[in-house]
This record gives sequence, C-alpha cells and structure tokens, in this order.
Amino acid sequence: MSSVTAAAAETSPLYRPEATTAAGRVRRRLTSRTASVVSIIIAVLWTIPTFGLFVSSFRPEEQIKTTGWWTFFSHPQLTLQNYNDVVFGQSSSQGQMASYFINSLAITIPAVIFSVSLAAMAAYALSWLDFKGRDWIFIGIFALQIVPLQMALVPLLKLFSDGFSIGGAQIIPAVSGDTPSTAFVQVWIAHTCFGLPLSVFLLHNFMAELPRDLFEAARVDGAGPAMIFRRIVLPLITPALASVTIFQFLWIWNDLLVALTFTQSDNAPLTVRLAQLAGTRGNEWQRLTSGAFVAMLLPIIVFLSLQRYFVRGLLAGGVKG
Amino acid sequence: MDYDFSDDIQKIWPMLIAVGAFAAVIVGLLLVLDVLPRWGRHRWHVLGFLGPAMILLLIGLIIPAIRTIYLSFFDAGSQNFVGLENYGWIFQHTETLHMLRNTLLWVVFVPTLSTAIGLLYAVLVDKARFEGIAKSLIFMPMAISLVGSSIIWKFIYAYRSEEQDQIGLFNQIRVWLGLQPKQLLLDPPINTLYLIVIMIWIQAGFAMVILSAAIKAIPSEIVEAAKLDGVTAWQMFWRVTLPSIRPSVVVVIMTITIATLKVFDVVRTGTGGQFDTNVLAFEMYNQAFRYFDDGKGSALAVFLFLLVVPIVIYQVRTLRQRTESR
Repeated sequence: MSSVTAAAAETSPLYRPEATTAAGRVRRRLTSRTASVVSIIIAVLWTIPTFGLFVSSFRPEEQIKTTGWWTFFSHPQLTLQNYNDVVFGQSSSQGQMASYFINSLAITIPAVIFSVSLAAMAAYALSWLDFKGRDWIFIGIFALQIVPLQMALVPLLKLFSDGFSIGGAQIIPAVSGDTPSTAFVQVWIAHTCFGLPLSVFLLHNFMAELPRDLFEAARVDGAGPAMIFRRIVLPLITPALASVTIFQFLWIWNDLLVALTFTQSDNAPLTVRLAQLAGTRGNEWQRLTSGAFVAMLLPIIVFLSLQRYFVRGLLAGGVKG
Repeated sequence: MDYDFSDDIQKIWPMLIAVGAFAAVIVGLLLVLDVLPRWGRHRWHVLGFLGPAMILLLIGLIIPAIRTIYLSFFDAGSQNFVGLENYGWIFQHTETLHMLRNTLLWVVFVPTLSTAIGLLYAVLVDKARFEGIAKSLIFMPMAISLVGSSIIWKFIYAYRSEEQDQIGLFNQIRVWLGLQPKQLLLDPPINTLYLIVIMIWIQAGFAMVILSAAIKAIPSEIVEAAKLDGVTAWQMFWRVTLPSIRPSVVVVIMTITIATLKVFDVVRTGTGGQFDTNVLAFEMYNQAFRYFDDGKGSALAVFLFLLVVPIVIYQVRTLRQRTESR
C-alpha cells in the first residue's frame, strides 16, 4: 500500500513516443483535444452549482427571489447584507449563525480529539501488542463501520437519559443535556463512539506498515509498550493522524443526524440550523445562501489547505493498484 | 449588529475543560502503563490501550445494535412480542414498497454513475496541465455537508411559474430551449432521480481521487509496452487501465454503495421525504423519532444492516487475503 502512495506522489516522467506519421500526430492531437473538452465540461458542470450559490449569496434579497443568479452578470449588484443578517442577526427568523458556529466548534473540537486519540491507542494495541483474538477484534471493529447510525441512536439516547445500572447499582450515571456545562457531553460521546471504527481502521493500516526492526531495537533498549507508543509510534504516524483528524473533522462538522438526536435547539450545530432554515423558511432564499456559505467556510478552508493529507487517508483504506 | 459574544463564551469553557480533563486522563494512563512490568505480561497494556475504545464501541454501537435487533420483534411501545410483523410491514404497503423502490434506484444509480464519471475524469486529467486544480474542483463537494449540498441544488432545481423569471438554472435552461418550466421535485418517480444527481455530484470526487491514485500506480512498463504496440487510447483504457485498477474500482463501488444506503440528509432537506421520494434510512428515522414506533424503526435498521452484510463479508475476505500476503 505504501508503494501505491509513493507511486502516486511521484509524477512519473511523461512517456511520449514520437509520432512517426502525420496521420498519427493529427489523431493524437484530436484525442487529446476531445479529452480536454470533456474534462472541462465535467469540471464546469461540477463547479456551477456551488458557484451559483456563491454569487447568489452576495445579491440583494429581492433580486435573489425574482431573478436567476446568472442575471448578476448583466446587472451586477453586490451586498453584504445577507451575511450581516445571517451571522449577527438575533431574531430567530434570521440566522443567528454566529452562535451556531460556536456550537459547531464546541461540538467538533473535543469530539475529534477524543475519537482520534482513543483510536490511535486502540490501533496501536491491535497492530503491535500480541494477544489472543486480536485479529478477530480488528475485523469486528472494521465491520462496525457499517452499522447504520440510525440503529444506534435510540438505545444510546436511552442510555444517556437513564444511565446504566445492574441490580440497582448505578454503573454509568445519566447524562443530562440540560445544564449549560453538560450541554455537549451527549453529542461528544456519541460522535466519539461513531467515529472510532473508521479511525481505528485507518490508523491500523498506517501503523501496521511501520518496520518491525524499530520496535525490536526499542525493546532491546528497555522501552515498554507505552514508551514505544509515545516516543516512536506517535511521531512516525503524524501524517496519518493528520489525515484521520481531517476526516473526523469534516464528518462531525457536516453531520446532521447525530446532532439532531443529541443536541437541544440552543446547542445545535450549523447543519441543524441550516436544515431548519431550509425547511421552515424555505422562502428566505437570501438567508439560505449566505447561511450555507457560512457553514461551508471552515470545512472548505481545512479541506483545500490539507487536501494532501485527506487523500492519503482515503488511500489507506485498502486500495491496491 | 446586536450579536453578543458573551452569551456564547459560556459554551467555550466546558469545551476547554473537557479537552483538558481528557488530556490529563490519557497522559496519566500512559504514564501508569509505563511503570507497569515490561513486556513479560502485557495484559494491562492491552487493557489500557484497547479498553477505552472498546468500552465506547460497546455502549455506542454493539449494545445498541443488539438491542435494535431485539426491539425489531416488538410492537411500537416495545411491550408485546409481534414476531416478524414489523418485517412483514416493510413489504406490504404501497408507501413502503415505493420507499424500497426508491432505495433501489439510489443504490443502482449513485455507485455506478459516480464511479463512471470519477473514472472518466481521472483518466482524462491524468498528467494533464493543472491536474491538481482540476481534481480539487471535482473533489470539493466532499467537503460540503449534505445539507449544504441540498441548498446549493435548490438553486438548480427551483421552480417559478411561466410568467415569472426563473431562479433555478435547470428550469431557465428549459425556458431558453423553449420548453415549459417544471416542478422537478414533485413528480415521482423522476424526482428521486433529481435527488440522486445531488449524491452523484458529491460522490464522484471520492471515486475520482481513489481511482486516479490507482491509475498512477499502474507499472509504467505495462503502459509503455502497450504504447509500443500502438494501441489507441480507447484500447488502452479497456485492455490496460481498467483491468489494472479493477480492485480499486470494486472498493470504490462498495464504499459508495454503503454511503448511499445510509443516505438521509439529502432527502430530508431536498423534499422531506414527501412526493414519494422516501428512502429506507429516512423512513427509519421517521418511524423511530417522529412516530415513536421503535418496532418498525428497528426492523428497518436491521433490514438495512442485512443489505450491507454481503459487502462486509467481501471486504473482510479481501482484508484477510491481504494480511496473509503480507
């Protein structure tokens, strides 16, 4: 697998057999021209929807509602009013996006940290500590990726509200989301649980590729498993941690289902708010446009700046050329 | 305007405290594991490293999954055993049958078309100028939430009556072509196809990235040998590229299939499941959270899980083959 990544990273020199005949040259140029045209068409088709929303978000309300965004190019008129309303407005018909943005941050950051750290530890145990049933546990965790989240929501919600007790002894206390200090606890735990299978799987793939000699050398020097984890494994898998972190970040930030189930309306993230705006206020187009862009801003920045790591994570998922 | 940050600052503190407490626990755990007896018996190490994750998986996924299977044999209030009635319900009503039909449409079209488009694009831009930018453009929808995507597509599908200016691009194109504007999301079953387009738009980038990496990993000797034999681009694709990347294509199709089976947000924000656009994953949410029928909701969840089991088995098999070959 590492060879795949390596081969993908290096751009192999172009191989261009010299066209020997004029006909061959023409034919080659034609194919490459069709190729360019087709790829440009796909690229344009894929970009237009987002671009349209982007242009719309800067157009005044009555124009958004009465004319298409493409008329912007014949009658350009820009405003920041939509963003102003949607981000800072405090009436509930406006976006209040600033508050929801904070909610999204408060949900995403801890949940990402929790799931990635616990997954790194579990992946280490599954790849470098020897114990009975290790492979089966790994396969089991892998299979858990496919459990539909919808299946887990109701029981987990019940567990949060009732706690868990055996014979009257409370083993796990109930977690209420009512007080401000515990408002996010439920959604943090839920996201951490749901994020684990994929993170463990990806990190295990990376860790298993580390050379065995390293571990033996450290062992000879008298390092225990925990020390090896801290001093050797963690530094070496930093790129993998980055890619898994980006995955988790995008997934949690963009999640709607878990947030709908485990947050109250005051603590809901941007996605829930956007879905509300899209549903109940389907006619407030000007707020939908700018609101959608506010929600997209952070993931797109993270994504574009760290794309290299994201792709690495994808490729660790068992792709063989 | 009148936005007051001080209201929200209260939300930052619990977050910082939680992260701090978590870090302290983990560091403490690692230090304790350090002083434990070394390699001889590392039962404690296994417990320390794997334990926390296993506990969370147990309460978050494993127990709920077992419970859901159990509840699927009971009635709405989980009081009376009803046998397979909930499962029978899935196949006995027009609405649920339409829901199954829609799910089938999703599972047929999304994986095949996204993979095809992603593959085509990956082949076309391979080694082209601006390859990086070209790929980012297609890949970007992956970073946008499904809710955001549905809103983006509202501006494509929006409908205005004929006398008014169109604000949705699709209908505007119809008008330019001299056709009537249409309420795209109202007529089943074609409206499901319009929602499917959104999912294809999102997933094609994923397919493209994986397949592009696979194409670059094809040994250059093979490609060169084929070129020396004078194959056309068309033959090159069918006889060299596609056979070489077949395993990746399978992985991509399976991954997208699973994502598609779980699709929920697109339908919810697109049509709210109305106008006969319902799908399995959304109906499950409705049954459990809107109608409070745990039995039917659970049965749908189990049914969905059963649909994915073959994929899991296949992936476990390839995974084992890979481990053995290592």
